[in-house]
Amino acid sequence: MIVADKKPIEEIIAQVNDVRSVLILGCNECVTVCEAGGKKEVGVLASALRMHFLQQGREVNVGERTLERQCDTEYLEELRDSIDAYEAVVSLACGVGIQFTAERYPSKAVYPGVNTCFMGAALERGVWAERCQGCGSCILATTAAVCPVARCAKRLLNGPCGGSTAGKCEISKDVDCAWQLIVDRLKALGRLADYEKLSPIKDWSTDRAGGPRKVIREDLRS
Amino acid sequence: MRLSYPGSVRIIRVPCTGKVDVLHILRCFERGADGVYVVGCREGDCHYQNGNFRARKRVEQAQQLLDRIGIGGQRVRMCNLSSSDAPLFVRFAEEMHAAVLSAGPNPVRTALESKKRAPPPSGEELNA
Repeated sequence: MIVADKKPIEEIIAQVNDVRSVLILGCNECVTVCEAGGKKEVGVLASALRMHFLQQGREVNVGERTLERQCDTEYLEELRDSIDAYEAVVSLACGVGIQFTAERYPSKAVYPGVNTCFMGAALERGVWAERCQGCGSCILATTAAVCPVARCAKRLLNGPCGGSTAGKCEISKDVDCAWQLIVDRLKALGRLADYEKLSPIKDWSTDRAGGPRKVIREDLRS
Repeated sequence: MRLSYPGSVRIIRVPCTGKVDVLHILRCFERGADGVYVVGCREGDCHYQNGNFRARKRVEQAQQLLDRIGIGGQRVRMCNLSSSDAPLFVRFAEEMHAAVLSAGPNPVRTALESKKRAPPPSGEELNA
């Protein structure tokens, strides 16, 4: 999932301090799972903002809504009839949802209510870790399903660097060396011979280095 | 035992303090409560394993949020006791009552009351 973290309330207040009405817009997908932008977080933020404005002696209409997704036009259209009641929107979706909401409603000021962090998984309650960088050309088949692009600080594709010590990365003792994980898994799978195979030079044009990307599926296009 | 505790305390019963969410606590302040304390079972005694630990985390979240919006995190507390420990329940109620008195009224309630007292806007203001 896309992992996001809550933005400090002071930052959100600074964004919407001058508006007369604001819609707090949540998303039922990834940000709900990582407890940063679901219905519950919408309620908490809206309540905090209402109390803030009341203390300022200002009457601000703070609305609450949570869509199934903010990255699909169909769900964003559900706002069409009600969005005119608001001067601004604080979106608690990931950066994708925030931008898509702004694209769909160009006359509305849309502000981010979360910091979007990465594509990752929940290690335990309250702890998420990066697992994919969306490089556009997956090599997990050759690396025993451990991604060196996302999990090696140097994105090395042919074994560890000299900074790997006791299975940990030189950037931090808390970070596993991705190549140690790969070797351990290859061993467990009885495929250690694969470690000897050289990875060819990776085509990074499908990564972010090639500029903003698109996936076009002609078989699906209407 | 017939112990008495401050009459300012209003009890809201929940099946387990693990049910209490940050939102429940915030709604109390939004509606004018001067303080909220969550009274759970003793740590390690939760019938549902960790309901009271979850409640403590949520109380801490509410404290931080209330501090940041100027209402004061000291208005929220987590207390733990055994269900048969009435004297401790009374002590917690008295301590909370004193803490709220020293913190003063909830600024949201003061704002709501002054809004009610304010004269209705004149025709000119309405048209503005």
